[in-house]
Amino acid sequence: MVTSVKHNLILRVVSKFLIPLIFLFALYVQFHGDFGPGGGFQAGVIFSAAIILYALVFGIDSAKQVIPPYVLRLLASLGVLIYASTGVATLLLGGNYLEYGVLASSQVAGQHLGILLIELGVGITVMSVMLIMFFAFAERGRPEMDS
Amino acid sequence: MIDNIVDITLLSLLAIQAIAIIRMRSLFAVIMLFSGFSLLSAGLFVVMDAADVAFTEAAVGAGISTVLMLATLALTYAPTEIDKKEKRSTHKPWLPLAVVVITGALLIYGTWDIPAFGNPDAPAQQHVTSYYLEKSLPETGVPNVVTAVLASYRGFDTLGEVAVIFTAGIAVLLLIGGRRREKPRLEKNGDKREA
Repeated sequence: MVTSVKHNLILRVVSKFLIPLIFLFALYVQFHGDFGPGGGFQAGVIFSAAIILYALVFGIDSAKQVIPPYVLRLLASLGVLIYASTGVATLLLGGNYLEYGVLASSQVAGQHLGILLIELGVGITVMSVMLIMFFAFAERGRPEMDS
Repeated sequence: MIDNIVDITLLSLLAIQAIAIIRMRSLFAVIMLFSGFSLLSAGLFVVMDAADVAFTEAAVGAGISTVLMLATLALTYAPTEIDKKEKRSTHKPWLPLAVVVITGALLIYGTWDIPAFGNPDAPAQQHVTSYYLEKSLPETGVPNVVTAVLASYRGFDTLGEVAVIFTAGIAVLLLIGGRRREKPRLEKNGDKREA
């Protein structure tokens, strides 16, 4: 199903224009989640949506060159690792698990850092898991298995 | 006033779309309508000031799950039948209809006891909500209460959620993501039809 749209010029041009904007918006949602709506989960989903759009228009293979599956697997676990090790870091600094206040000099600064870190972990994991799922489904549908 | 008009428009569009989904036989069109349904729901969430939920609904419900459902549709049929039709059911719909009507009536009866939307005296607003609303800014310095609750007060829950997402990814990889280096064997075709 997900072969590239070879001859559709409009789709290609429009998505080339849109994809960077979607990436930018995902980053905004990721790092502005403290102040506006959004956060790691939404950002991860938006980020993966941009890559899925790329894969739909330009083909699975080009999308896999952008972000290879083994990188996705590493990233998926890296996100959980960042989250969990933020908790371990607060433990080592003498606080409770995931008590961000101890991460920096003041309570509020620590909370800021901690939330930034765990949202980053959430975003990375969500982004890569969504893409893993998409690639798994899309790969399955292809008649030829080589390459 | 304007809120009411927007609400009524969105809800009636949702109802129309739901009826269209039931009536429609072409599975491709149904998936597209599902996507539109999610987008309308996202609009409703925005009206109810739940922008975080709306984000998720629009991106996951209208975007990614649509793509995944299309991919599944492509997997479960031979590529020659482009427009897949849902099979007509062979039995009469009276029993399911009765179950649905009774359940729906019970649910509507249940809503009579629900406090009005946004009512500050509702039990849901009484427990810890007021604490979060008052203390989350001075305690965490994060203006968005949703983020403060999700990431800080409920950090454990969110860690669990991320683990669930991670597990889901592993499960998908285990079930259908395996390396397919070897030549497809004959039984693969049989597998595909059943799946």
